[in-house]
Amino acid sequence: MPDIILPINHLQSSHCETGVVATLLQSKGIDMSEPMAFGLASALTFAYLPFVKISGMPLIAYRMPPKTIIKKVCKKLDIELETRKFSNAQDGMQALDDELAKGNLVGLQSSVYWLPYFPEDMRFHFNAHNLIVYGKNSQGEYLISDPVFEYPVTCAAEDLKNARFAKGALAAKGLMYVIRSTPSHIELNEVIKPAIKKTAKMMNGLILPYFGLKGIRHMAKQIRQLDKKTPKYARLYLAHIVRMQEEIGTGGAGFRFMYASFLEQAADICQIPALNKCAEHTTLVGDLWREFAMDAVKYCKKRGDISLGDIAKKLEQVAEEEAKLSKMLLSAIA
Amino acid sequence: MKKDEVPQDNSKSYQGQNKLLYAVDDSGHYHGVKSSGWEVENFATQLAVNDLNEQTSQALSDAHSGLISSLGYHMLARRFDVATLAAASGFFQWQINRHLRPAIFLTLSDKKISRYCDTLKISRDALFSLPTQ
Repeated sequence: MPDIILPINHLQSSHCETGVVATLLQSKGIDMSEPMAFGLASALTFAYLPFVKISGMPLIAYRMPPKTIIKKVCKKLDIELETRKFSNAQDGMQALDDELAKGNLVGLQSSVYWLPYFPEDMRFHFNAHNLIVYGKNSQGEYLISDPVFEYPVTCAAEDLKNARFAKGALAAKGLMYVIRSTPSHIELNEVIKPAIKKTAKMMNGLILPYFGLKGIRHMAKQIRQLDKKTPKYARLYLAHIVRMQEEIGTGGAGFRFMYASFLEQAADICQIPALNKCAEHTTLVGDLWREFAMDAVKYCKKRGDISLGDIAKKLEQVAEEEAKLSKMLLSAIA
Repeated sequence: MKKDEVPQDNSKSYQGQNKLLYAVDDSGHYHGVKSSGWEVENFATQLAVNDLNEQTSQALSDAHSGLISSLGYHMLARRFDVATLAAASGFFQWQINRHLRPAIFLTLSDKKISRYCDTLKISRDALFSLPTQ
């Protein structure tokens, strides 16, 4: 079989899903940046979910659940996206080959663990990673534009199959998606404001204490109570928060910097200068999250005289500034 | 975060790769900026990875001395714990806990063993054997 190499402009991104959306839309001639995809999907949030465990630790998320971004962006911009899941892995791989043969870029949901091109220390059982397949070479390897990597990569068919059909929480079941049609004209102006409004409201939290500002304050409370646990657990817990915030492809500070970049673009597109002020404040919020991470790690290293109370206080300061941001956003678009 | 504050700490866990962060330039505009790592993040990653490695080598030594079945080692070596292995294999957690007992693991049917082999992507022979310590 000859090589199939479809044209693609590999776009290194902070986060997999936003990166895939931006790359796929750009391939259709739509001007879409990663932060814009993130903002349009109202993906910024905070959630502390104690009943969902990741290696025994609570799930801490800084964005909406997987698949939200691609679905929302396509819905809002009137882009027809076809998604398919498979009960049989063979069928799933065949369908991928068929789409490539037709000349379509294919988005896939996959596990991180079974992709050998990931650095060893980053491989863990997370099933909602996203990537784009743009071809297949004569050795049967797939050509992949994985947006969190600097350069395109290749992956053996067997490994990609394992990654697509890994079972467990958030199992992809071979999910693949292809853009079928795009509108001739896209008006971002109209969709940006409602998207910002939704984010600003969501930051104030839902009814449960685990979301938005309430979630951040709840996490601060949990940190204060760490002195009742073993020192080892306290260190692993704090390290876990830092990893969720920084390591898991967030663009820094749990997506706050990416959102600030979106607000800056939004200010320009919608001609609302107040959104630039909001962007600046989001940067401040992001810087505070980074300071919080530094303090948490300082505690883990037992360096200096930083206490659990100090770390919790920093986090409460974050919550306060996010509350201010929510108000600023609402008045900017009012 | 300013562009020149983007950390370039050559994190071990990145294996020489760079990742993209967003930061502001001198005129206050946002750009994607490559980072070779952040010492703070790297410390958190290594702490977690070291903990997993410790658990895995403990399981290896426990399996060698017959305290747990070889499944206990292979589960951790593949970065699973009982909860995630249950979700991925379809066994209940209490079943896996039973299978971690050497005497019970040896009596499992071929069907159950192949479910583990399939989930862990490992041959039957490898599942029943252990690397040297």
